[in-house]
Amino acid sequence: MADDSLFEFLHMEIVSHVYKEHESRGDNDKERGTCVSLLELMGFRVGQGLIERFTKDTPSFKDELDVMKFVCKDFWTNIFRKQIDNLRTNHQGTYVLQDNRFTLLTPLSSGKQYLEEAPKYLAFSCGLLRGALSNLGLESVVTAEVSLMPACKFQVVVQKI
Amino acid sequence: MTCLCFLCVSRDYDELSSIMAVCIAVIAKENYPLYIRSVPTQNELKFHYTVHTSLDVVEEKISSVGKALADQRELYLGLLYPTEDYKVYGYVTNSKVKFVIVVDSSNTSLRDNEIRSMFRKLHNSFTDVMCNPFYIPGDPIQSKAFDSMVSAMMVQAC
Repeated sequence: MADDSLFEFLHMEIVSHVYKEHESRGDNDKERGTCVSLLELMGFRVGQGLIERFTKDTPSFKDELDVMKFVCKDFWTNIFRKQIDNLRTNHQGTYVLQDNRFTLLTPLSSGKQYLEEAPKYLAFSCGLLRGALSNLGLESVVTAEVSLMPACKFQVVVQKI
Repeated sequence: MTCLCFLCVSRDYDELSSIMAVCIAVIAKENYPLYIRSVPTQNELKFHYTVHTSLDVVEEKISSVGKALADQRELYLGLLYPTEDYKVYGYVTNSKVKFVIVVDSSNTSLRDNEIRSMFRKLHNSFTDVMCNPFYIPGDPIQSKAFDSMVSAMMVQAC
């Protein structure tokens, strides 16, 4: 993680590239859905690889909560240089991760401006979370919501098989 | 002074006769092999079978550690079980991928650290394979770099 801004710029470019590609195909209705899934899938694969590297030297996790704590602290710190600010759970598989200053949203705005554009920039990170959890053995559904930039909440619902 | 020289010589000799595995396997979390390689002169099916049966022991170890108190839970599982000819060692990553190393029993100078370092090397190479964008997780491992790392750890077929 030599220069942190490199990833931020790359991410912005990935998002705009994916949307430009779909625009040129002129498919306006489905455009939003497929772009978001594409970004999410990219994040998923990256998350899988990253978690393998980050957990190489850590001892095995005791339970689901331990895994979530690791993701909130070490994983988030390694990628976004800060921890998740708040983790809430209902102890039945649903977790809400709150980040008050999400690194990928800070360049956009610090209020309500550009709120509609925010989901595009969160798709990759949702995938990242999902990929990381999946490789640690927790299949989940990850969604994100923003009400006031740059704070955002990631909701993780762990699927019980 | 001559005594010091003798120590140096014996250490070099130990470096040369490092543990050589007879079979190395990487098993996915769904318990199918991602990579399995054994010394070709021997009956390969026997090794497949040995690795397969060792999975039961691995499962047992993983679940029993879960019931123990919150100790440092290691990734290295140690000696899984000895047969008359071979000793089988196991290691589990945090992503529940298992590594199994089968070593010849006649290799008496078995040191725990050597086996651990073999597993470390395996884990490092596996992490590199995982991070390769052309590798799809769940596929058999076809990386040449991984192959050469494993060859370096296996008994050289004469």
